[in-house]
Amino acid sequence: MTSIYGPVTDWATDFDHAEPEYNENAPALWAELRETCPVAHTDRYNGTWLPVTHELVTQIAYDTEHFTSRSVIVSPFEQLAPAPIGGAPPITSDPPFHHDARRLLLPAFAPKKIEQWEPDVRTLCKGLLAELGDADVIDAAAQYAQHIPVNVIALMLGFPVEDADIFFGFVHDVIEGINVELEQRMQAFIRLDDYVDRQVREHVENPRDDLTTFLLNSTIFGEPLGLEHVRGSIVLLLIAGIDTTWSAISSSLLHLATHPEDRERLVADPSLIPTAIEEFLRAYAPVTMARMVKEDVEIGGCPMKVDDWVLLPFPAANVDPAAFDRADEVLIDRAENRHLAFGLGIHRCIGSNLARLELRVAIEEFLAHYPRFELATDKVTWSVGQIRGPRTVPVRIR
Amino acid sequence: MRVLLDLERCQGHNRCYALAPEIFDVDDYGIAVLLDDGEVPPGLEDKAMLAIANCPEFAISLADSTNAGTAS
Ligand code: HEM
Ligand code: SF4
Repeated sequence: MTSIYGPVTDWATDFDHAEPEYNENAPALWAELRETCPVAHTDRYNGTWLPVTHELVTQIAYDTEHFTSRSVIVSPFEQLAPAPIGGAPPITSDPPFHHDARRLLLPAFAPKKIEQWEPDVRTLCKGLLAELGDADVIDAAAQYAQHIPVNVIALMLGFPVEDADIFFGFVHDVIEGINVELEQRMQAFIRLDDYVDRQVREHVENPRDDLTTFLLNSTIFGEPLGLEHVRGSIVLLLIAGIDTTWSAISSSLLHLATHPEDRERLVADPSLIPTAIEEFLRAYAPVTMARMVKEDVEIGGCPMKVDDWVLLPFPAANVDPAAFDRADEVLIDRAENRHLAFGLGIHRCIGSNLARLELRVAIEEFLAHYPRFELATDKVTWSVGQIRGPRTVPVRIR
Repeated sequence: MRVLLDLERCQGHNRCYALAPEIFDVDDYGIAVLLDDGEVPPGLEDKAMLAIANCPEFAISLADSTNAGTAS
């Protein structure tokens, strides 16, 4: 896919988060911007802001008066569904509609419901590891991490697990194919919607105990959910849950492949894994969201105008030394960790309990299977766009 | 020692319940619930402080010791 904008000339005034250099160099770039220009701007995508401090990211996340969630993925020419519902409730919804659309999904993702999925997640991880056999080098991202969230969400939605690769492709197109021609981008959405519609129809005919049937039977404001709403929520769960969690698992494994002392410590004491995971989520947070300006407002001295895009880089906020001690170090036993990897305020990630479960079990099983491994390349490829994570992590396991 | 929970702020990040299940529970929507009205069982003061320090929404605080009864 080729960019319609061309190479970046200046990262403070012409940045492009969808150019590969952005995710490759993000931590250094944020550090530089914090010192020189804490709110970067670009004319790309019809005008986009990038605040990089913890203070400003927090302020915008809580400010639903001046900012709308109508669209949370920056793109040049989205045909936007109107506020307050948006195309994929609740992530694209604003108050007051947002509250009810969110409340509908919360029970399925509440801690005690998610705990019940642990045996399935563990079986899946063990199965993937068993399949890797006895090669010298395996790809911890592409051959392991990538397959975990996609299979888990297929199980929860009651979609055919064999199709995991198919909807994986859709998600890739939607998240990474941002600065491509409109035609190409619309095609990606149409393919995704068609696929989901087929699955939904199949559930209308054969209802069963899964999330899709649950949505079909749900009501909002006393009315059954429209098919549009059901499709939107499913598309959201696919898009929100897959690349994000894959990225988080891959970043954690990349860290362990390059920090033998941390790896050995977790192998010796797996009870530290939950604490380490919070630190990986802080230091390598995968998700940057976006907002659109709803009412003109000045933020950090910058005049934000109606319909401007504003990126919300939670990952940059998480490494701001104004908010965290030793912010640029990864301390796997960091006890106080108020990180923002899952966002803040009314849109807090609904899948956070599931993502944490997948991340913990994925790391536990990987370390149990391969107590010793090291990075087998000096060049790691990164994702492109608002979800940041390494796409290939080849590791030598013997 | 007693903790307070601000339900206006709680968004269900579930850090409190994960770190200090003796003090916090969660409801069917994943929103925090205080067990025993926030009273911290003796010996678990550190866990209470850990929950406070890890809540991303600053929804948990320490009850003022002057109206928290006899501090243990
Ligand atoms: C490590 C993995 C993940 C990370 C870092 C992450 C991060 C986030 C963030 C930062 C938001 C806030 C969006 C905003 O403020 O606009 C969010 C929202 C959301 N996430 Fe996640 N997510 C992850 C995994 C998942 C999973 C596994 C699911 C479900 C299967 C999921 C479902 C959602 C949903 C439904 C929302 C919208 C909530 C709302 O708008 O009320 N996420 N996520
Ligand atoms: S950690 Fe904070 S936001 Fe999360 S459930 Fe507990 S009180 Fe609520």
